[in-house]
Amino acid sequence: MNGFWERVAVAFRCFFSILFDGDIPKDIAPVRGRPSGQVPQTPAAQAPASAPKEMDRPVPEASARAVQMLALLQRDGRLIDFLAENISTYPDAQLGAAARTIHECCRKVLEQYVKLEPILNSEEDQPVTVQSRFDPAVIKLLGNVTGQPPIRGVLRHKGWQVKDVNLPPLPQGSGRMVIAPAEVEIS
Amino acid sequence: MAAKYIIGIDLGTTNSALARCDATVDEENSRIEVRSIPQLVDANEVAERTLLPSFLYIPGEFDFPQGSLALPWEPEPKLVIGELARKRGAESPNRLVASAKSWLSYAAVNRSTPILPWQAPEEVPKLSPIEASSQLLRYLRTVWDSREAGEQGQFALAEQDVLLTVPASFDEEARELTRRAAEQAGYEQFTLLEEPQAAFYAWLESQGESWRQRIKVGDLVLVCDIGGGTTDFSLILVSEEHGELTLERVAVGDHILLGGDNMDLALARFLQQRLEASGHRVDTWQLQGLWHQCRMAKEKLFESPKTQSRPITLLGKGTKLVGGTITTELARDDLHQILVEGFFPKVASDELPARQRRVGFQELGLPYAADPAITKHLARFLSEQVRNSPEAAGIRRGGSGLACPTHILFNGGVLKAHVLRERVVEVLNGWLRQEGFEALGAQQILEAPDLEHAVARGAAYYGKARRGRGVRIRSGASRTYYIGVESTMPAVPGMPAPLKALCVVPFGMEEGTDAAIPDREFGLVVGEPAEFRFLSSSVRKQDKIGTLLEDWGDDIEERGPLQVTLKLDGQLGKIVPVRLETRVTELGTLEVWCVSRDGQRWKLELNIREKTKR
Repeated sequence: MNGFWERVAVAFRCFFSILFDGDIPKDIAPVRGRPSGQVPQTPAAQAPASAPKEMDRPVPEASARAVQMLALLQRDGRLIDFLAENISTYPDAQLGAAARTIHECCRKVLEQYVKLEPILNSEEDQPVTVQSRFDPAVIKLLGNVTGQPPIRGVLRHKGWQVKDVNLPPLPQGSGRMVIAPAEVEIS
Repeated sequence: MAAKYIIGIDLGTTNSALARCDATVDEENSRIEVRSIPQLVDANEVAERTLLPSFLYIPGEFDFPQGSLALPWEPEPKLVIGELARKRGAESPNRLVASAKSWLSYAAVNRSTPILPWQAPEEVPKLSPIEASSQLLRYLRTVWDSREAGEQGQFALAEQDVLLTVPASFDEEARELTRRAAEQAGYEQFTLLEEPQAAFYAWLESQGESWRQRIKVGDLVLVCDIGGGTTDFSLILVSEEHGELTLERVAVGDHILLGGDNMDLALARFLQQRLEASGHRVDTWQLQGLWHQCRMAKEKLFESPKTQSRPITLLGKGTKLVGGTITTELARDDLHQILVEGFFPKVASDELPARQRRVGFQELGLPYAADPAITKHLARFLSEQVRNSPEAAGIRRGGSGLACPTHILFNGGVLKAHVLRERVVEVLNGWLRQEGFEALGAQQILEAPDLEHAVARGAAYYGKARRGRGVRIRSGASRTYYIGVESTMPAVPGMPAPLKALCVVPFGMEEGTDAAIPDREFGLVVGEPAEFRFLSSSVRKQDKIGTLLEDWGDDIEERGPLQVTLKLDGQLGKIVPVRLETRVTELGTLEVWCVSRDGQRWKLELNIREKTKR
């Protein structure tokens, strides 16, 4: 619901309507049954033409982008359906067949929208030298961690970093928090 | 203003493409490029693709979120065109306009009334086939104008030289409707070109100069074009006009509504039956998924001949993804049985396509082919339809009247599969042998690379060729040739007399032609041994015949001199005034004829033909 004075107005209307008509006003009745976020087009809300249609607080861009990434993985790879399902009862063969398809599709999503690269581009389980000063967020040392660069060791994981993010524009309106729309078939 | 670009547009039934070529750059350096077409591939997402699916979707209130159809040049389009239209159309078919081109040639409906989407509910606003085609063309023009037209719009598409392709089977009315659609879309300078010809020009472009070793005047080329939704056959006779290659289309078949989509659907139905036989249910939506997976599996199997089968996995619907997963596989044998034997069976040349027994009442709609055997349609084309063509006289025929082509040209996405091309050639060769002709070998099978964009490329190439000197039947000299002329100057001790270079063969002069150097006489040394010096240049391409050059720096190279004594009736050491005529023979020899005032002629010969690289 809208601001304070709107609520006061609706409260008074309901009070007098029940007192004299025995029921709340017809145009308010449907509102009470609706989930939040869908507000009737009361004249006050329509006046500022540029105000967003939904009265929720606008979604911060960072959250919207996180949702968008999941939405892309779901749209093209159905990753969220996969992760949300209870797979404990399925035989490996069936699970494997599904996983193969999802793997292939999700890979394409990554290739298209996010440029992934290894951080240290050498073969794993082979000796590697870390030359200069580095940020522990970028290279993690394990084992006998002593001394200063250059540091010699064995590469156990190449690491992953994102070179480029190439996401399409964010949807407007209520689409920002949607990973996959509900689907209703009409025959 | 003269057009800067030559643009070839392939307005296909399933996919459209655009190629361009810069007309201001000289012929050797201008390349033909396929331009990518930005389009909506999903709500809120515009991506570049080299093909524009020829689908239009009429969005209703509930189809797409507000503002998610914004294009860079149009914030709220009324129609969705391209990949998103096809995708959404698969989910909600009532609002999809597909195959507008096939409707444009279907005479049984009124093509200017709004009838598409065919049999859609009342609330869906409709388009006529002309309007639909016009919208596709308008989309291509808008994309061009927004990206290639330059800062002040000086290279707008309406001012470029546009070649638009139409199927050879389009009758005059369908062509007129296509013209109208283009005009409605704002096209001004455009020419219609037939698709088989464009495909042939695409092949020519891919061959460079060596095409003349494979095609001669008088050859009969069968163009076999199998795309996503349609199959078209035509016969082209290679001929010439004033030395320029011309292609005469001597026979064309019907626009057969049968293509790659039918094949993928056949595979999908086959697997659907197999799955249902083992107890799984496959509903309409899963059939769509199956169709898509079959197409992928088919392509993988065609690409790697060693693979015997590909797994097909249908994920469960809704959120029961793994729980509803069904797996099956597509084996190479299945592929062979359904596609190769089903669509390209080995048939005799007199086996005609089956006509289904017609039920009294028919639903009105596009006339889809009843018999899926493409080879039977080919047989019908070569036997019956060719007989009825007006140019039937020029066609090589066998004993039974079957037209027998000398070459075959493949076009269309379906024929990317090697196996299918081989099968078509095998069947055709069987018929040719039966009629007493030689089978087609590798040299007679013309394959342009890039089958999906070939028609657009070929159209641009044709546009380029007709602006220049056309595609010449005979090769032209690849260098400019000169003969050395000693200038008359007082002798200076120790210094040889300076040499001037007289251009005798301009760049591009065709074999089999001759030219004369007018208005000038030279002194020919006869009766004693003399050196005739020949020079050539690969850089000076503008020199005209008869140009006399004094300084040329490094541009001209000298070939070895010709030592010859020209005889004149026992006279020794005389200088005879002559005029020069040059001739380049069909064998690539340069002949310089020296003609004296009283008609005596002497000849100097030089071989200038260079081996063409294969």
